[in-house]
Amino acid sequence: MKALMFGWEFPPHILGGLGTASYGLTKGMWQNGDMDITFVIPKPWGDEPKEFANIIGANSTPVAWRDVNWDYVQSRIGNVMDPQMYFNLRDHIYGDFNYMSTNDLGCIEFSGRYPDNLLEEINNYSIVAGVIARTVDCDVIHSHDWLTYPAGIHAKQVTGKPLVIHVHATDFDRSRGNVNPTVFSIEKDGMNNADHIITVSNLTRRTVIEKYGINPDKVTTVHNAVEPLNEELLNLEAPPGKTSKVITFLGRITMQKGPEYFVEAAAQVLHKVNNAQFVMAGSGDMMDKMIRLAAKRNIADRFHFTGFLKGKQVYEMLAASDVYIMPSVSEPFGISPLEAMQMGVPSIISKQSGCAEILDNVIKTDYWDINAMADAIYSIIKYPAMYNELREQGLAEVAQITWDKAGAKVIKIYRDLINR
Amino acid sequence: MKAICFYFQIHQPFRLKHYRFFDIGNDHYYYDDFADDDIITRIAQRSYLPANEMLLDMIREHGKKFKVAFSISGTALEQLEQYVPEFVDSMKELAATGCVEFLSETYAHSLSSLYDPDEFALQVKAHDEKIFQLFGQRPKVFRNTELIYDDDIASMVYALGFKAAITADAKHVLGWRSPNFLYSSASAPKLKLLLKNGKLSDDISFRFSNPEWASYPLTADKYINWINELPQEEQLINLFMNYDAFGELQPRESGIFEFMRALPRFAAEHDIQFWTPSEVVSKFKPVAELAVPYPMSWTDEARDTSAWLGNTLQQEAVRKLYSIGERVRLCRDRRIKQDWNYLQASDHFFYMSTKHNDDGSVHSHYSPYDSPYTAFTNYMNVLSDFMTRVEEQYPTSIDNEELNSLLLTIRNQEQEIEKLHREVEMMRNNIVNDTTGDFPIDENVPAPAEEEKPAPEPEPKKKAPAKKPAAKKAPAKKAEPKKPAAKKAPAKKAEPKKPAAKKAPAKK
Repeated sequence: MKALMFGWEFPPHILGGLGTASYGLTKGMWQNGDMDITFVIPKPWGDEPKEFANIIGANSTPVAWRDVNWDYVQSRIGNVMDPQMYFNLRDHIYGDFNYMSTNDLGCIEFSGRYPDNLLEEINNYSIVAGVIARTVDCDVIHSHDWLTYPAGIHAKQVTGKPLVIHVHATDFDRSRGNVNPTVFSIEKDGMNNADHIITVSNLTRRTVIEKYGINPDKVTTVHNAVEPLNEELLNLEAPPGKTSKVITFLGRITMQKGPEYFVEAAAQVLHKVNNAQFVMAGSGDMMDKMIRLAAKRNIADRFHFTGFLKGKQVYEMLAASDVYIMPSVSEPFGISPLEAMQMGVPSIISKQSGCAEILDNVIKTDYWDINAMADAIYSIIKYPAMYNELREQGLAEVAQITWDKAGAKVIKIYRDLINR
Repeated sequence: MKAICFYFQIHQPFRLKHYRFFDIGNDHYYYDDFADDDIITRIAQRSYLPANEMLLDMIREHGKKFKVAFSISGTALEQLEQYVPEFVDSMKELAATGCVEFLSETYAHSLSSLYDPDEFALQVKAHDEKIFQLFGQRPKVFRNTELIYDDDIASMVYALGFKAAITADAKHVLGWRSPNFLYSSASAPKLKLLLKNGKLSDDISFRFSNPEWASYPLTADKYINWINELPQEEQLINLFMNYDAFGELQPRESGIFEFMRALPRFAAEHDIQFWTPSEVVSKFKPVAELAVPYPMSWTDEARDTSAWLGNTLQQEAVRKLYSIGERVRLCRDRRIKQDWNYLQASDHFFYMSTKHNDDGSVHSHYSPYDSPYTAFTNYMNVLSDFMTRVEEQYPTSIDNEELNSLLLTIRNQEQEIEKLHREVEMMRNNIVNDTTGDFPIDENVPAPAEEEKPAPEPEPKKKAPAKKPAAKKAPAKKAEPKKPAAKKAPAKKAEPKKPAAKKAPAKK
């Protein structure tokens, strides 16, 4: 079966959970066999893994005819994709886009990030999608998150193939209710045009049904999963000389992640326990406020801010942690507790997180219930059996949450659509 | 001829209230009285009371032919006495018919049989005493918490003087053997074993009202026929279940009460009798010995102890609890003793189970907590506080042996003092009765018994006359008031001595 996927991020150059999830799912589907996946991203860097998906860069897809030879194309974009693909795509230019700013290859430039002119990039991306859809043969079109919905719709109109959209988050999660009308209309348009909608949790599924008014029959939940960690990361050890227990919050310090509840819970625990340190790793618009709050609660000596962590630093932080906590106010899925569990760190998550639906061996509290959160922290750092049980059971549980299972579910959805 | 042996279990734990880590060291009351009251009252109204009424009617209707056995845990009795006293009265009424046997168990429905033999013996005695006080019976047959049984437990039970024990029919122990015989223990061959017939028991207590069950609806006629059709030599059918099967697990409208009422009539048609465990033991001979090296129980699919000790949380909690057992037994503080009992209830560990299959749903059905981890956290917070209190009584800086020897010294001295006082009294009486004046009185009153006879003759003779007048006047006035004084004295003396002895090592 051939699938044409539109995504915005792909490892190793990722900005958030979207890239990790897109990658995992693609690989998981490939593991099920008999899948030929073409994955479109705005700006590939050339070091993306290519063994299980054919990667096309939107910034190397011509929308205007340029008379260039094979060697020139090879020298310009050879590291990203096969030059032959460029010529195939060039044969399917469907309109005159010379009025747009294009480069020497007739391609539109993309930042591949979330720039201020994001809406313009989204629009350009859908123009490019028209060329790709005309070139690449596919059975199903699959769009990851709202940025790529317009591209998916365009491809559907061109090919007449069924469109699946994958809701990794909605604007209701990101904005805590203050929805951006433009974003909402793009999301709503995508959902209306989709033949099927995949959500990453039942929580998101309810949002899609209730807030966007979508027919429940059309919405299926496929929970995210995690890639097994490699040996190097698993063997990371806590720094020597560590004497106190470390409780870690890891993520963007924004309203959505509920950082203030973490500070309040920390204040309660530190009231009773001496040998504990709390770490808030990450950055965000609420960071200064949190620093002030920690000072106000008089716990600043044992409450630390690390700033933004990336790549291996994240795992080093987890290796040094005794408790991981994610008090998110609204989390469509939340992959980071699964990563903490992979590192053997007992996790506390809010019941308002999508991943709470599939995890048993974690502690779940309401995000506002700082008492329950403090109780759980205290119990894990005070009672070794609690720590060990959560650690061992958590490791065993998370090892079962694999992408190939999620991939199989998506493939089944494809089949049902094609055979309909 | 066949015999049905009915046995019902009644147990309720004292549930813990939400106990936060801030409460450790500040709040020493651990129980959720509201939940206990609510639950036991509800179950009693829906199940225990109507079921008792049913049994009473059946016994009256069928004379002495219908008999059952009960085991009621000490904690359940306490709650029933407090919240549903009418149930205790109704139970007394049942006991008075002579058709009801009460079984022995651990007072707190505890796991002490697996961890603490001393505690086990004490609890069994405490429970039997309670049963005797309430119902005037001394239990002769033992059943352990949730029918937990293995060879070691058999030896302990036999040593406590029981002639039989009740246990489960775990497949991994029985194998091809049928539970419908009387067995004896491999480790204590004189201890007889009654095994639960799991299939027929669960037909009543779990499947009775399930419309998806192939044999639904179950009638008394059909049920007795099943029993009658069992092979001729299988004469003993042990039906063991929770008492709340009547009215709670199987609701009243399922017809469970009518089913029970009809049983004796159909049983009589096939010459099937109803016996108590004691009767069974006296009338049947054991067919074989049963070796049970690892503990089994009647709970969960595995029929072992994994429901309470299956994960590290549970093991840790139980270990911590029994690590202070010896200390607690040294304590005399009544509230500590009481908390110690309540904290041992196996239910607390049952709530901590992390099983996720069908068993898991049973665990979460009974659990007042939303997750096993919360159950553990709450229990450990309470236990931490409890351990601090025990610690305050006897600091851990003194090891158990030292503490034991100190306490032993105190106790010995106490006994010594009492003994000597008795002697003084006896001698005083002797003096009073001794009109001849031959009997010598020693100045040194608290002398050891040996010195009494070979007392030197000449000296006392000299003293004796001197004292005589006083002694002679005394008999009417002094001898009598002295008795109570003598009794009080040891108590008074002993009390202040204890703290002194305790403080001394603490300072070191």
